[in-house]
Amino acid sequence: MLLKHTTKEVADRKALMINPAKTCQPIGAMYAALGIHGCLPHSHGSQGCCSYHRSTLTRHYKEPIPAATSSFTEGASVFGGQANLVQAIDNIFTVYEPEVIAVHTTCLSETIGDDLPQIFDKAKKDGKVPDGCTVLGAPTPSYVGSHVTGFSNMVKAMAQLAEPTGVKNGKVNVIPGWVEPADMGEIKRLAELVGVDITLFPDTSGVLDAPLTGEYSMFPQGGVTIPELKGAGDAIGTLALGEWCSADAARWLDSKCKVPCTILDMPFGLAATDRFVDVLRTVAGVNVPDTVTHERGQLVDLISDMHQYFYGKKVALWGDPDQLIAMTEFLISLDMQPLYVVTGTPGKKFEKRIQEICADQPFEVKVKAKGDMFLMHQWVKNESVDLLIGNTYGKYIARDEDIPFLRWGFPILDRQGHQYFPTVGYKGGLRLLEKMLDLFLDRKDRDDPEQTFELVL
Amino acid sequence: MSTTILEERKDQIHRTGEGDIDIACNRPSLAGAVSQRACVFCGSRVVLYPIADALHLVHGPIGCAVYTWDIRGALSSGPELHRLSFSTDLQEIDVIFGGEKKLSAALDELIDRHNPKAAFVYSTCIVGLIGDDLEAVCRKMSEEKGIPVLPVQSEGFKGSKREGYLAACKAMLKLIGTRPIDGISPTSINIFGDFNLAGEIWIIRDYFKRMGVEVVANVTGDGRVDDISRCHGAALNLVQCSGSTLDLAKMMEEKYGTPYLRVSYLGIEDMADSLYQVADFFKEQDPGIVERTQELVREELEKLMPEVARYRKDLEGKKVAIYVGGSFKAFSLLKAFRHLGMKVVMVGSQTGTKEDYAELEQISDPGTILVDDANPLELSQFIKEKDVDLFVGGVKERPIAYKLGVGFCDHNHERKEALEGFVGMLNFAREVHSSVMSPVWNFVPRRANRVIETTKGAVNE
Repeated sequence: MLLKHTTKEVADRKALMINPAKTCQPIGAMYAALGIHGCLPHSHGSQGCCSYHRSTLTRHYKEPIPAATSSFTEGASVFGGQANLVQAIDNIFTVYEPEVIAVHTTCLSETIGDDLPQIFDKAKKDGKVPDGCTVLGAPTPSYVGSHVTGFSNMVKAMAQLAEPTGVKNGKVNVIPGWVEPADMGEIKRLAELVGVDITLFPDTSGVLDAPLTGEYSMFPQGGVTIPELKGAGDAIGTLALGEWCSADAARWLDSKCKVPCTILDMPFGLAATDRFVDVLRTVAGVNVPDTVTHERGQLVDLISDMHQYFYGKKVALWGDPDQLIAMTEFLISLDMQPLYVVTGTPGKKFEKRIQEICADQPFEVKVKAKGDMFLMHQWVKNESVDLLIGNTYGKYIARDEDIPFLRWGFPILDRQGHQYFPTVGYKGGLRLLEKMLDLFLDRKDRDDPEQTFELVL
Repeated sequence: MSTTILEERKDQIHRTGEGDIDIACNRPSLAGAVSQRACVFCGSRVVLYPIADALHLVHGPIGCAVYTWDIRGALSSGPELHRLSFSTDLQEIDVIFGGEKKLSAALDELIDRHNPKAAFVYSTCIVGLIGDDLEAVCRKMSEEKGIPVLPVQSEGFKGSKREGYLAACKAMLKLIGTRPIDGISPTSINIFGDFNLAGEIWIIRDYFKRMGVEVVANVTGDGRVDDISRCHGAALNLVQCSGSTLDLAKMMEEKYGTPYLRVSYLGIEDMADSLYQVADFFKEQDPGIVERTQELVREELEKLMPEVARYRKDLEGKKVAIYVGGSFKAFSLLKAFRHLGMKVVMVGSQTGTKEDYAELEQISDPGTILVDDANPLELSQFIKEKDVDLFVGGVKERPIAYKLGVGFCDHNHERKEALEGFVGMLNFAREVHSSVMSPVWNFVPRRANRVIETTKGAVNE
C-alpha cells in the first residue's frame, strides 16, 4: 500500500506538511493571467518556478501554457531583478508580440525586495512598452497563503486596471474565481440567458479549451480584453464568486470606483446557483426568464430521481475553500454527510463557515484549514467514508482504502475532459449528480453478490 | 516567421551543412524567454528522488515540494517512501526569522516516524537567500538520529538543472564509502543515470544478470541507500544520462579509482554496444562473458527485428523533430529512428554541451536543425517548416505538437512505456506508430490537405 506510512493516531504538527493540499501563489497568478486576452504571463524569479507552473497547468488543462521567466541568476539575486525584468519586457514584446504582460513575483524576487510598479515605470520610460500594450503585476510571495491567494492577487491587479469615467456603462462585473474554462463559459451562458451584459474576469474560456486547427497560437481568441477591464470601473455592480478567489478585487472596485459589490459563494449546486441568479437579476433589474427556471426545474427533477441513493452517504472532500464551501452545502442539500473537509489554504474563516453549513446536521463535521492529505487520510482511516471528492492527490487514499473517488478541483493530473464539462450552474449540477450516482452504483454492481445483483436499479 | 528568432538566440541554432558548428550553450536563458528549462532544485530532485528508502524533505515554500511530488514514474520494487511529499512549508515569519528550527523539528518527527536509511534535505531559492545553515542542521540531526542526513545545495537561482545534478552527485558522494564492500564480485558494476521509469532498470539488470555481472547499486532508479553506500566496491561504473551522473562517476574515479564507461540503453545499437563494452571490460576475469553477451543480443534481436519491421513499413520516410532535456537521449533517438526508417530533421536540448552538439552534427543528415534551449514559437516554426510527422519532447511540448496536428512521443519523465533495452525498442516503435499513424491527424485542417496531396502522389507513381 502506497500510504502504509499513514498512522491512525492524529498528532499535532507545526513544522511540517505531508502530502500537501495546496501549492504556492505564483501558479494561481499564472492561471488568472491566462484569462486576459492576448496576455503572456511572466514569472519574475528563477526559471524553475515558471517551468513547474507551466508543466502543472499543462497536465491539468491539456493545453499549451505559454509563460515567460526573468531567469534569475545568482547576480540578479544579489543585485535585484530590475535589469532582468526590464530586459524581459523588452524581449517579450519584441519576440512574442503579446498585447499584455502580466507579471507575478516569486519568493525570490519578493525577498530581495523588487518593486514591480517602479520597474514598470522604468520600462515605460525606457520605451520598452509599445503603444497600446499593457503591463500589469501582482505580488505573489510563495510563503504567504496558497495558490488561491496568488489567483486572487492577480485578479485584484486586473481590477486595478479599471478607469472609471463617471458614466455607468450598464454592465455587471462577474468574477468567477478559479474554475474550469468550461465553468467560465457556463457562467457567461447563464448571464446571457438571464439577459445581463457582464464583464467576466478572468475568462479562460476560449483560451484553455481552444480547438485543434493545425496551427499553434500563443494567444488564442478568448480572454477578457483590456478595454473591458478599464470599463469595469463603470459597471453597475460586481458579483464576486468566492470569498477567497474573488472578493479582494470586488471590494477594491467597490471602495475605489464606487461599483457596489456582492460576495457570493461559487455557484456549485442548487442553492448557490439560485443565489447567483437572484443577485444577477436584482443588480441588472431584470426578471428571471422561463429558460432559466426550466433548467432549475430539471436539476430539482434529477435530485428527486436520485435522492434515495444519496441518503446518508458519507463524504470526505478536499481542495480550495470557495469550492469546498459550495460543495459542502450542495452535499447537505442532497441529504449526504460531508464528514471531513480539508483545505491547505490558511483561514480560520473557512473552518467557521463549514461548521455553520453543517450545524444542526445529524453528523459531526471535521474541518481543517492549512491541513494536508496526510491528515485527511488519518481521519478516513479512523472512520471510513462512502465517497471522496477532490483533486488527483486523493487517488492514493482512494486506492489504499478502496473508496469511490470523484475527481473535482485543481489539479486533475490523471483524467481528461474535465476542462470541457462545467460543474457550475444548474447544468453543472446535473453533471455532478450523474458522476456521483455512477460512482455509487458502479460500486454496488461490483460488490453485490450474484443473488442481489440486479438488472434494474 | 523568421522574426520569431531573437537576434540573441541566433548562435544557439545551427543548420547542419551550413558552415562550422559553434552553438552557444550551457548559458542562462534570456530574460523574457518562454524557456522550456527548469532550475537547480529540479535537477537535484529528479536525480535523488528515486532512492526509495530515503526521506526526501524539501526545505522551502510549499510549491517546490508539490511540483516534484511523485511526478515521475520512478518505480520501486520495495519501499515507496520517495512517493510521499514532505515540506517545511516556509511561511513569512520563517523568512524573517530563519527556518532552521522548523527544519530540525520536521526532521526529528519524520525520522522517528519513518526510520529511513538516510535523509536528503533540499535547499530552495529562499533558503539560499535567508541563509539557513543547512549543513549544521543536517550534521546535528545526523549525530542525533544515527543516519546520514545529507544537505543538497540546490538553490534554484544558481543555474539550470545541470548545476542541480552536480549538487545531487555531491550529496551522494558523501553516502558512498560508508558501508563495507566484502562479498562483491570482481565482475560488478553500478548503473548510473537510469531512473527506472516504467521499470526500465529491471530490464537492464536482467541483461546483466544473464551476462553474469553483479549490479551493486542502482543510481538512482529503484535505488537503496545501503547499496549506494557500498557502491565503491563495484569494479565499473556505467554512466547513462551523462548530464545527471557523469560528475559522480568522475568523483568516484578520482576518490576510489573506479573506472567508468558512457553507455545508453536506448535503441538497438546503443543497447548492444553497451553490453559488449561491459563484456569487453570483464573478459579477462570472465572469459565466457563475451560469448554469453553475443548469445543474449542474438536472442533478443531475433525476437525483436521481425516485429520492428512491421512498424517500419508504415513509418518509412516520416519526419521527426526531437526536443529533449539532456542530449544523450538525442544520440540514441537518432539511431533508433533510423531503424524505423524515419528522418530526424530537428534536434534540440535543454542542457546540451558544445561537444554534444558537435557530435550531433556529425551523425545528423545535412539540413538538420540543431537548437539549444528552444522556445515554443521556435519549435512550432521548425515543425511546420520541416513538415514534421512526429515530435519527441516532454510534458510542456505535447499539447503544442497536438495543436499543430502532429503526433507525439513523450521521451521524458512522463513516459509510461519502458523505452530502454531491446524490448524498449519495440515499445518505442509501437508508441511512435500509434501516434504518427493515428487517424485523428486526417481531421486537422492544416494537414488534411497535405495528406490528400501525398495520396495523390503515390497514385501517380
